Amino acid sequence: MKLDDFTSTFPRLPGAMPVWHGSVSAEDLRALCEQVLHGGGKLVALWGSDETQANAHYALHVALVAAPGMLVLSLPIDHEKPAFPDLSDLFPAANRMQRSVTDMLGLHPVGASDQRKWLRHAAWPGKLYPLRKAFDSAGSFPLEEDGYAFVPVTGNGVHEIAVGPVHAGTIEPGHFRFSVVGERVLRLEERLGYKHKGIEKRFEDMTLQQGAKLAGRISGDSTVAYAWAYAQAVESVTGCTPPRRALWLRALLLELERMHNHLGDLGYLGNDAALVFGFAQFWILKEDLLRMNGEVFGHRYLMDRIIPGGVACDLDEAGLARITATLNHIEHEIAILKDIYDEHAGVQDRFLTTGRVMPELAARLGLTGMAGRASGQAWDARAQFPCVPYDQLDVRMATHRNGDVAARVIVRFEEIAESMRLIRLMLERMPVGDDLIAPLADAQEGVLGIGWVEGWRGEILVALHTGKNNSIQRLHAHDPSWQNWPVLEHAIMDNIVPDFPLINKSFNLSYSGVDL
Amino acid sequence: MHQIIKQILRTGIKTEAPPQPDDALRHEMQQINAQILHHVGRALAIRHVDAGSCNACELEIHCLNNAYYNIEGLGIHFVASPRHADMLLVTGPVSRHMEIALKRTYDATPDPKLVVALGDCGCDGGIFGESYASRGRIANVIPVDVAVPGCPPAPIAILQGILTAVSSRKVV
Repeated sequence: MKLDDFTSTFPRLPGAMPVWHGSVSAEDLRALCEQVLHGGGKLVALWGSDETQANAHYALHVALVAAPGMLVLSLPIDHEKPAFPDLSDLFPAANRMQRSVTDMLGLHPVGASDQRKWLRHAAWPGKLYPLRKAFDSAGSFPLEEDGYAFVPVTGNGVHEIAVGPVHAGTIEPGHFRFSVVGERVLRLEERLGYKHKGIEKRFEDMTLQQGAKLAGRISGDSTVAYAWAYAQAVESVTGCTPPRRALWLRALLLELERMHNHLGDLGYLGNDAALVFGFAQFWILKEDLLRMNGEVFGHRYLMDRIIPGGVACDLDEAGLARITATLNHIEHEIAILKDIYDEHAGVQDRFLTTGRVMPELAARLGLTGMAGRASGQAWDARAQFPCVPYDQLDVRMATHRNGDVAARVIVRFEEIAESMRLIRLMLERMPVGDDLIAPLADAQEGVLGIGWVEGWRGEILVALHTGKNNSIQRLHAHDPSWQNWPVLEHAIMDNIVPDFPLINKSFNLSYSGVDL
Repeated sequence: MHQIIKQILRTGIKTEAPPQPDDALRHEMQQINAQILHHVGRALAIRHVDAGSCNACELEIHCLNNAYYNIEGLGIHFVASPRHADMLLVTGPVSRHMEIALKRTYDATPDPKLVVALGDCGCDGGIFGESYASRGRIANVIPVDVAVPGCPPAPIAILQGILTAVSSRKVV
């Protein structure tokens, strides 16, 4: 099958984003993936579902981005032969996603070079699959030995440093195994999955309305992006178009989320380069922004403000003035701080050439989002596939080609500036109206809705398969950290151990978002 | 350098007055024993453990270190090892994959120790509840002295929870 045929043969899903969906054969799946890859496209997400109750098969779903937009390919899988073709040779980022499909659904990638478990540690036996419908979500199994097979690194003078899951700071839990010679890192192997708390199974007990709150808690630092993506998915399956003012408010909230995350990380990046001043200053600005969020919208991190159908907050004149004043203050301070970072020899010495991911490697591994843009991967859904209101704001994408910590710092500075520009435009042009929420019709059973939002870290995808009576048959939420965690293993190579915190923070990936 | 000093002077002191302890947050007061009295007046060392949160509680813990709350100015600091800690500040729900790590961290913390559970999930499992993958609230896995609700709890509420646990050391 040809890529062009796909968008003309298969229907475009209703909703805000350009998404096409169709069922394909295993051969067509591979062929389309190859065409997307060779056309410069990328893999966004890969997940499985149990459809044995409705039509006696499982399914694998693959979301790809190509020039026209997103293609979601569904491959039906015979329940007696639960296997699918390996895609990790085309898209290395598929590796952990495929292993998670095996852990959660018992579907196997045929021919994959790495078939170790991933999300499953010790909480349930290997022959049971939590996302199969027959699995009892309330069941509790005795903890087993994890027995994960790390890749051993040997040689003269090589030793291992094992870190985590409980880290020496206020960080999410994960395990890092460094193989080092002296201070130099030869190899890093990550082991995640410690925070797996059964989010996807939990969704299956919920209605479309109830799921919104859980979606906002998949990764707290991206609550706005997830809530918006979830709302888009629900609006797609219910044929709902939110009021324009609600859509503009959503974008305003998303940019505020981008700003507070970038501000916080810029502070920590200074801190990790021994400029504690940077932490002190940026975290004052971050707190100023969070307090403003709380006062204007009722929640410091803007949780539960975006709901299916619209928004649960509004903006009055006083709020508008408060936002304007806060932005003016932050803009003024950032100009000073950026000069200080730029001219601080010690900081620049730590930032430059550290944790470098060259554009070629970034493209090969599928590095995405903010970190991708710092390595020449020019993708930003706000600019390329703009929904309302971005289609009227002409988003300027920040990109850089050096791929080091310094480049990720520059991209963050530029994205803060762009977010402030966008917010000011939104405040100026915000459509007026009392309607903030549109009613949701009943969703059809057995349909797919996709939500796709450019969060601060990268693209967030929510794939919603509906069940009976507005229930959730299956929900997969995808964080860009899936793509970027494996690249971090490459970014640290040949760097020294003490630079790991700095490199790690420059990516600042989510654990909760990928452990699910 | 003069730019940095200028900015520091211009910024001034942002630190605000800390909150008072809240008796309502305290439970299981009988656990408090005379031994703890020993430690009153000394700087408090806290080890944070994320046992499975969505990471929003962590964002607010980070904020405690900002200039407005200035937690170190109150004699409270975060330490890198449970062996250096007087208190564990735990967010959750406790995922089953973190259950052993949390228990080991608790065991590695020298007695007498305090545990503050953070957030709605830490208090009662929150929206994640109990399942094949989640043990729910922190108290299902280790003993908890003070539980601070909120999603996430604001920095002031966290600070209040910490102070409530600490001040309970003065009782008896």
